[in-house]
Amino acid sequence: MKNRHGQFRAAMAFLAPNFAGFLLFTAGPVIFSLGASFTNSNLQQTVPLRFNGVSNLKELLADQSFWLYFVNTLYMMLGMPFAIFGALWLAVMLNRKIRGLGAYRTLLYLPSFASGVALMILWKSLYNPDFGPINEALRHSLALLHLHADSPQWLQSTHSLAALDVEKVGIAPKQFGIGARDALILMGVWTAIGGNNMLLYLAALTNVPEELLEAAQLDGASPSRCFWSVTWPQLAPTTFFILVMSIIGGLQGGFEQARIMTSGGPAGTTTTLAYYIYSLAFEQFRIGYASAVAWVLFAFVFVATLINWRFGNRAANEI
Amino acid sequence: MPRTKSDLAKNVVVIAILTTFALSTVAPLVWMVFTSFKPLQEVESGSILPKVWRHDNYGEVFKQVPFARYYMNSVFVAAWVTFLTCMTSAMAAYAFARLEWKGRDALFRLYLATMMIPGVVTMIPNYTLMVKLHMLDSYTGLIIPSAFGAFGTFLLRQFMLTIPKALDEAATIDGAGHWSVFIDVVLPLARPGLIALAIFTFLGNYGSFYWPLILVKSESLRTLPIGIMYFDGNYGQQTNLLMAASLMSLLPPILLFLIGQKYLVKGTAFGAVKG
Repeated sequence: MKNRHGQFRAAMAFLAPNFAGFLLFTAGPVIFSLGASFTNSNLQQTVPLRFNGVSNLKELLADQSFWLYFVNTLYMMLGMPFAIFGALWLAVMLNRKIRGLGAYRTLLYLPSFASGVALMILWKSLYNPDFGPINEALRHSLALLHLHADSPQWLQSTHSLAALDVEKVGIAPKQFGIGARDALILMGVWTAIGGNNMLLYLAALTNVPEELLEAAQLDGASPSRCFWSVTWPQLAPTTFFILVMSIIGGLQGGFEQARIMTSGGPAGTTTTLAYYIYSLAFEQFRIGYASAVAWVLFAFVFVATLINWRFGNRAANEI
Repeated sequence: MPRTKSDLAKNVVVIAILTTFALSTVAPLVWMVFTSFKPLQEVESGSILPKVWRHDNYGEVFKQVPFARYYMNSVFVAAWVTFLTCMTSAMAAYAFARLEWKGRDALFRLYLATMMIPGVVTMIPNYTLMVKLHMLDSYTGLIIPSAFGAFGTFLLRQFMLTIPKALDEAATIDGAGHWSVFIDVVLPLARPGLIALAIFTFLGNYGSFYWPLILVKSESLRTLPIGIMYFDGNYGQQTNLLMAASLMSLLPPILLFLIGQKYLVKGTAFGAVKG
């Protein structure tokens, strides 16, 4: 058919600029990186390039740091439920028909909009244990209550609320306390709670059919019953989308925080896998090993998404 | 439905909770503004308002580091990436959404699949590619690799799918070629999507950190995030100046946000609901 043929040529012409860039800067690098992960590739090239088989992978499995940083990454994702449910809670409140709520939406959305680096520099000052405003306020409140307690050391402390061991994967009771990881979690929730997730929930809430809610109210359902039995199931696709994106983002996250606020410390406690890959590749120039770690990270992301898909689809089908 | 007393009470509670959240969102930013006007010795004093307002802090930032240069670099790079991304993505989206051709859906799935790959996977080979192409430490290197994301193609394709096909057909019968259907029919109707993509892309690249961090070596090429990071590292004790610099870097995004808010809300909702 002539028309079909014409459309194919037109399609190729329209696609060409984007596709060329896609091949050169996305598809090509993906293949290249997979290849590199089986070599000893090193930017300083002191040793000749050699195919290494799975020896990078073997090194990784025995790499104590890798597993510690993996635990850090997972631990710092614990802010996620707070950010997601907080966003939902705020959206539900913003969805009421009260004048002037738009201004609240704008205010709450601000932090997720401002660029990351400036905010991280701000939080670094806020968390300063000696003269940061957070500890300043804490000291004042403690004095008012006549309590004697030490203020948290925030970004300078290896402690964590889960009492994670610093040297090996496990729990060490004397590491209990508020530390750098918790500080980063708190900052993350502050940034994310009024952000895109809240907007997504707001959009989804306006799509919940009014008739359903009114019918439930007529049947005498309480407001909370209305929410959990009518609204919440209607929001399932949105929750699913947000969850998938948050997990993908969380597993790859923590780079900027570590680079700007903590240098990954103290004692490596804020080093996530993303920061580990950066320091392997661009500080130690071990391209091969860094690529292997990056692919293992990708595998984690992939598995998490698959699991989500399984459970998410089931939940969405139950409506 | 009649408004009852309990409705009113509920509204008061809602407003109270929202106000608390809004205040805790704004408080750090307010601290930032006040600190940026304090003399250095007052920063650690603990009072919230400056006793002496030092407006010179802002001028001082420009004296200590080439801050205007950072500004220009950030805006220049982000504007170019935005222009290129919108153009190439819109064209590709047209091919995916409006044209029929063999292999279309398979290729689109490939595009989608790459969106799941962590940035760090492609970052390393892209860096070596830049070394080979001698694009390290150059504007070209800062701009080109960021200008072809699959995300833009995805967003605009979804948008274009909602535009009635009958419009293309009518234009084709009137003798319009693909290019003029694209320019005169589809693009104007896809404008809200394009604006949302433009804002997302501009902001993402304006605040971009990782790529400029590894790519830029010379000071004259530093963008705002990199410039501020080094300012923090080299003159880190001057919290007041640091806050002034950070605050100035936040102004363009905040302005853009206030102008483009309604497009953003639509664009965000769109990507998820139709995705």
